[in-house]
Amino acid sequence: MDAFNLYNQMEQDNVILAFKGAITSELLSSVLQIMEAKMEDLNDAPKTRKKVFNVLVECLQNLYHHIDDFQVDDTDIEEVAKKKSAIFSVSRTEECYNIVTGNFILNEQVIKLQERIDYINSLSRDELKQYYKEILNNGEISGKGGGGLGFIDIAKKSGEKLVYTIRELDKKYSFFTLTVRISKTKKK
Amino acid sequence: MNNLNLEGTAKTPTINFNSNGELLIKGRSIPENSVEFYKPVIDWLTEYNNSPQAETKVKVQLEYFNTSSSKCILDVFKKLESLENTNLSIAWYYEEDDEDMLEAGEDYMAIISIEFEMIEVEEL
Repeated sequence: MDAFNLYNQMEQDNVILAFKGAITSELLSSVLQIMEAKMEDLNDAPKTRKKVFNVLVECLQNLYHHIDDFQVDDTDIEEVAKKKSAIFSVSRTEECYNIVTGNFILNEQVIKLQERIDYINSLSRDELKQYYKEILNNGEISGKGGGGLGFIDIAKKSGEKLVYTIRELDKKYSFFTLTVRISKTKKK
Repeated sequence: MNNLNLEGTAKTPTINFNSNGELLIKGRSIPENSVEFYKPVIDWLTEYNNSPQAETKVKVQLEYFNTSSSKCILDVFKKLESLENTNLSIAWYYEEDDEDMLEAGEDYMAIISIEFEMIEVEEL
């Protein structure tokens, strides 16, 4: 493998941080710490830094919790371990940050996921606020604690539609890519 | 009863719940498993309800919280709301320009029926 091609691609895409592999709690701690330090160095407005940090937390914890969706029992353990791995990158231009995440999902989850994101994307800003409050107050608390607020919060805080693609890989798995854009706030 | 003091970390807030009725939540609340973190907080409030002070003053000074924490924080507010025989006041702090945090406080205030005092500060 020629790392220079990868380097050039990332340079061209303005990537400031990227990772592929297993998503652990320790990894998230490190990544969040690195991103905070980077954003401070890059001298973005505090408001921008806060939004990016918030959205990044939700995106990465989505990946982290999603891992539990795969059962290890009867399937090939090595195969499952591979499918539990994910990818994410953060890029930064003059105008915005882009957070991209990618992970494997079971084909049987595709329709539910599509419906969920499409519904969130169909809501106006006020409807989104209302929906958030409704789920916060009435939604079941899952063991993970979030109860499905993650995507709503990402849409609400970023103020943008959730852009996604789902690519079917084989009979069992698809690959889900989510792109979240966060516009930068002008410094006062 | 004992005070509940939890030191803040990169992912969990500082908790200073004093049996004298002064309760503080400060810092960031972004753990992957928030239910686990908030359990002792809720338990403490259950015990506090047995012999609350005449005044219970709550200060919430959160810099960040994730959606996993948001439901647990609501549970804390609901627990506070259910306290008997105490005069409850809640102050919600937010950094200037942090509309998301201001809005989050307003959301909680709309769900539970207690008026928050909204306090804007330069830095938390």
